[in-house]
Amino acid sequence: MLQITNLSASIDDKKILDGFNLKIKPGEVHALMGPNGSGKSTLANVLTGKNGYQVEGQVLYQGKDLLNLPIEERAQNGLFMAFQYPLEIAGVNTNNFLKTSLNTIRKVRGLKELDSLDFLNLIKTKIKKLKIDEKMLNRQLNVGFSGGEKKKNEILQMIILEPKLAILDETDSGLDIDAMKIVADGVNSLRSKDRSFLIITHYQRLLDYIKPDFVHILVDGKVAKTGCSELALELEKVGYEDMATSK
Amino acid sequence: MQQSTINPLEEYKYGFTTDIESIRAPKGLNEDIIKFISNIKKEPHWMLEWRLKAYSRLKNLKEPNWQKPKYPKIDYQNLYYYSAPKSSENKAKSLDEVDPKLIETYNKLGISLKEQEKLSGVAVDAIFDSVSVATTFKDKLTEKGIIFCPISEAIQKHPDLVKKYLGSVIPITDHYFATLNSAVFTDGSFVYVPQGVRCPMELSTYFRINASETGQFERTLIIADKGSYVSYLEGCTAPMRDENQLHAANVELVALDDAEIKYSTVQNWYPGDKDGKGGIYNFVTKRGACRGKNSKISWTQVETGSAITWKYPSCILQGDNSIGEFYSIAITNNYQQADTGTKMIHLGKNTKSKIISKAVSAGHADNTYRGLVRISSKASNSRNYTQCDSLLMGNKCGAHTIPYIENKNSSSNVEHEATTSKISEEQLFYCNQRGLNQEEAVGLIVNGFCKEVLQQLPMEFAVEAQKLVGISLEGSVG
Repeated sequence: MLQITNLSASIDDKKILDGFNLKIKPGEVHALMGPNGSGKSTLANVLTGKNGYQVEGQVLYQGKDLLNLPIEERAQNGLFMAFQYPLEIAGVNTNNFLKTSLNTIRKVRGLKELDSLDFLNLIKTKIKKLKIDEKMLNRQLNVGFSGGEKKKNEILQMIILEPKLAILDETDSGLDIDAMKIVADGVNSLRSKDRSFLIITHYQRLLDYIKPDFVHILVDGKVAKTGCSELALELEKVGYEDMATSK
Repeated sequence: MQQSTINPLEEYKYGFTTDIESIRAPKGLNEDIIKFISNIKKEPHWMLEWRLKAYSRLKNLKEPNWQKPKYPKIDYQNLYYYSAPKSSENKAKSLDEVDPKLIETYNKLGISLKEQEKLSGVAVDAIFDSVSVATTFKDKLTEKGIIFCPISEAIQKHPDLVKKYLGSVIPITDHYFATLNSAVFTDGSFVYVPQGVRCPMELSTYFRINASETGQFERTLIIADKGSYVSYLEGCTAPMRDENQLHAANVELVALDDAEIKYSTVQNWYPGDKDGKGGIYNFVTKRGACRGKNSKISWTQVETGSAITWKYPSCILQGDNSIGEFYSIAITNNYQQADTGTKMIHLGKNTKSKIISKAVSAGHADNTYRGLVRISSKASNSRNYTQCDSLLMGNKCGAHTIPYIENKNSSSNVEHEATTSKISEEQLFYCNQRGLNQEEAVGLIVNGFCKEVLQQLPMEFAVEAQKLVGISLEGSVG
């Protein structure tokens, strides 16, 4: 699915990722943990193609050279990111945004575009599970949404767009326990043998609900340690500093 | 660093010229030219007198220069004031007699006159350079007593109506361009809706400038008699030419007691190339009089074309309880400039006005909203609400809001709200990450921004206008 080899990324000559390696196979759920400033969000941004980074190294996504693809083509090829800070876009109706996005992606995949009625039927079943009020769909995209609503909206988009590789960038931050459970249920419901996840988080808490196959600890722009889900528990006890130095 | 995925600026799709033989008056502006125009239009003497009066007034007027967009001096003696396809000498009685080349031109523009006639339920008057070439749906309208014809025809067939109302909203002494128009106007549409009649279809005029070095001076007059209703739409395009062409139209609307006029414009004149060369100077005077009580005039404009757009569709709210509305989208890209807005003059009691202006600026463009709300001392219990929003793309463009508010009645209320925002890189990235390319993303955001105004357009044109909004901003990000 995804193979990252010796990836470096800097902003204004400040190196943030430095020799980062990661391999994600289809169906796997990887958790990426690390202290503030360790490069977690940078990794997500570089993978999705955000401007402003000087990038070196190689990233293969489904056998394709990911770094040379425009942002929208990465998305059209099934790469999705749930944003840590979802953007507000005034005037753009949430429902219309989702429908436009889905239909653009369906078109690229050679599927028939959904008309308004089909789309409405689809989305209605999905929002129920996420406990999203139908009224939210008619509001302007993320404008005036609470923190929890914004994050749920990201998960809703993920569920609708059915990505092949989903990156969740600190989706759990700012969520109460109930909302976190709902988000986790959303992710779990999408888990399948050919869909992979990269879950970026500060805390072990989310991993109580989404059980990862691998946990990686990111320190100073590279993976300091990799293990199974118990690694996250251990981390919770000893903290990042000890974890990074212990072998 | 940044991978640009933008195609080069898509060429202006209406930029073709039609190779058609035309009759022109000699270049220049003088009494003989005015007589030539009046003569070729077979106008009665009073019309010529009217024109000459305007012309003598014009000689004492100066071109205004308080506007924000500046332009090189126009040489009025180096323009053609009359150009007409030769084949229109003997005006066609039905579409079948219209020169096929003209029909073809309108087909290319996406306006199939024949299809319009049969299918869409929109009556069209097509104006090519200085003359009207075809009017559809005439019979059906005649049944209801509605007059929809070229103004040149109305001057001959309905002189009483024309005499009574022409110049009654925009006097021939008004200002330089309006007076120039009064002297040399060539064609335009005339609409009269009789008392109590609700016009059963959209009326639409399509303006096309084809000839080079030609000014287009059209004149439109719409009268809604007591208790009537009419919705009217105009569209405009022009070929791509290196020179700047002048379009100075006058549009007058009169709404009597309980009448309503809805006037929509989709203006897509050639905007000039990406370096600012060529394009239309769109200097237009549009004014409506809510002359009767409970009358209503509503202007909706989508201004995406022209090198310079300079116009203020206005409402004079004379009748008690009358309502004026102005909904505007002005989009400027590359080196386009716009200075547009409205005037709401409250004279009657309990008059209401509403102004919603959306300005989008990209490239090196400059966009100014300028609006006057005047509440006279007699206009008690009147209200105005104004909302001006500007959206900027990039950091080389400009947006300005210049409201003038004069309230002389203490029982009346004026509200003004204004916002300026910018499409951020982050917003675009968010949309891109959901699979939309730059242009789709911009189109979505800008259409969202303009939604309140787009909703005012008649259904048949709303979709087209939405696309136009996207197209005019192509190449503006990257």
